[in-house]
Amino acid sequence: MSATAAAPQGVLAAFHHVDDAAHAIRDLKEMGYRDFTVYTPVPNHEIMDAVGHRISPVRTWTLVGGLSGAALGMGMAIWMSLDYPLIVGGKPIPSVIPYVVIMFELTILLGALSTLTGLVFHAIRNRRAAAFDPHFTDDQIGVFVPCPPERRDAVQGLLRSSGAEEVRIAA
Amino acid sequence: MSTAVQHEPGAAHPPHPTYHEVTRDIAATLGNPRRGYFILMGFVLTVLAAGGLALLYQIRWGLGVAGYRPPVMWGVYITTFVFWVGIAHSGTLISAILYLFRSAWRTAVYRTAEAMTVFAVMTAGLFPLIHVGRLWYAYWLIPYPNQRGLWVNFKSPLIWDVFAVSTYFTVSTLFLILGLVPDIAAIRDKATGWRKKLYRITALGWRGTDQQWRHYTKAYLYMAALATPLVLSVHSVVSWDFAMSIVPGWHATIFAPYFVAGAIYSGVAMVITLIVPLRKVFKLERYITVLHFENLSKLLLLTGSIVGYAYGMEYFMAWYSANPFERASFWNRAFGDYWWATWTMILCNGVLPLLLWFPKVRKSIPALFVMSLFVNLGMWFERFVIIVVSLSHEYEPWAMDHYTPSWVDWTILAGSFAWFFMWFLLFAKNFPTVSITEVKEIIPMPRRRKEGHV
Repeated sequence: MSATAAAPQGVLAAFHHVDDAAHAIRDLKEMGYRDFTVYTPVPNHEIMDAVGHRISPVRTWTLVGGLSGAALGMGMAIWMSLDYPLIVGGKPIPSVIPYVVIMFELTILLGALSTLTGLVFHAIRNRRAAAFDPHFTDDQIGVFVPCPPERRDAVQGLLRSSGAEEVRIAA
Repeated sequence: MSTAVQHEPGAAHPPHPTYHEVTRDIAATLGNPRRGYFILMGFVLTVLAAGGLALLYQIRWGLGVAGYRPPVMWGVYITTFVFWVGIAHSGTLISAILYLFRSAWRTAVYRTAEAMTVFAVMTAGLFPLIHVGRLWYAYWLIPYPNQRGLWVNFKSPLIWDVFAVSTYFTVSTLFLILGLVPDIAAIRDKATGWRKKLYRITALGWRGTDQQWRHYTKAYLYMAALATPLVLSVHSVVSWDFAMSIVPGWHATIFAPYFVAGAIYSGVAMVITLIVPLRKVFKLERYITVLHFENLSKLLLLTGSIVGYAYGMEYFMAWYSANPFERASFWNRAFGDYWWATWTMILCNGVLPLLLWFPKVRKSIPALFVMSLFVNLGMWFERFVIIVVSLSHEYEPWAMDHYTPSWVDWTILAGSFAWFFMWFLLFAKNFPTVSITEVKEIIPMPRRRKEGHV
């Protein structure tokens, strides 16, 4: 909510139609705007294609978390059984096959925890101060373009001509 | 299977609701409950209190007040543990596995299933603690550095189970919360009063920006990809609690797939038990249609058939192995002291689902509701038969004995249902039981021009 208070001046547009919004985003990019924010009630490929982000780095978090979990699970089981040796029939103390279960579970656990940490990390890091409207979680697509007062007219014109239902100055 | 359950979601109820209608209709399920809710909650809390008192009684006087009697030292508590872990499984199947299969119909039922998963694991997790008796020592199950230099035995399936169930609980809870965040944001923007405050905090600042979705959709996909092998592993590990022991009736390689199928079978039945009244009370007929029930019942039919096959195969292997102990154990199941439990399980799980071959049954919601209750009765008895009946009839005739659950066992069992339904009732009135975001996702966004993916 603090983001609203600190929202920079700019233009906020609401769209009903997904193709209009995608069109507007492409036009904005052509005009050289990069720091706009798009709100959608659901993830949408057309919008995401238009915005054109690179693929989310969250996958690296998943991979690293999962591999660390695997290493930790197997390492922990081997080290702990060596540290407290239960010798049965003179057989080697660490028994890798049953430890695979521990390794597997920790792969999943750390992979999942790391994925969510990555999600929170990147979502916070890429957070932008921007104006918001409650309709954007319901049924409208929102585009907020931060811009100085002298460029407002151009941006408003662009958004209106691409089919925005509502365009207003947000400050 | 996936082709059988993948229908066009819109086929059954044209025209599509609009996005606004979805938010409105699902947000309408929340809000201040009516009298019936409080009466139901009062009943649930009373039963829970009875269970709690029985547990206190057992803590005061020791495990002897439960029905344990050598050689049957795993009884109703372990049976109920396996039962609830099993219930949990179909939630993850619907939320994660069907997500990876891009099965559109899951969107309307997955939230209920996922919440059911979390609450069922929360219920299941209590039972090993109740079963160990001195539950204040339960932390000994976790490996932690201690003065005596002791570590847990990682070769024991019981320790695998600790890791599997606690991982499952953590991951399914996080997965549920992850799915809830955009939904909570949608209700936050409609709610008023103290609920608005609650949702503002729990929405974690969600606004649906391009950056949020960019990371969210990937994180969700990876969570689903991690939860998928997890769900299959958890009940396999639970089955190894038994299959790793050389008890006749337990020591079988079929156990892992047999338990996983049984788990999904009972879980799907529980989903049906939950969504039939939910749909009626919350007036969600437009979102949860007969098609959803039909798809769920096909899952029931599939998993029920696997379970029925496993029952047959167990008996076949007992005969074919020519192992006298194995043969005696299975003869005892069908015709011994506990014949009634065995036949309940065979009728409810092996025979009853065959009715689902008839489309009329699959499309009849009352029939499915009744059937779902019997399935879960049968699945509880399945675990009872596997655990108690096998233990009561191992190798040496002088060591065999009969186990009868005590009133403490039954009261704690009833309390576990109350515990589960308490959480579910609390959830149903405070958080959306149908995913707003995912239901919207299968409805195409309005376009001004005809088509044209540029």
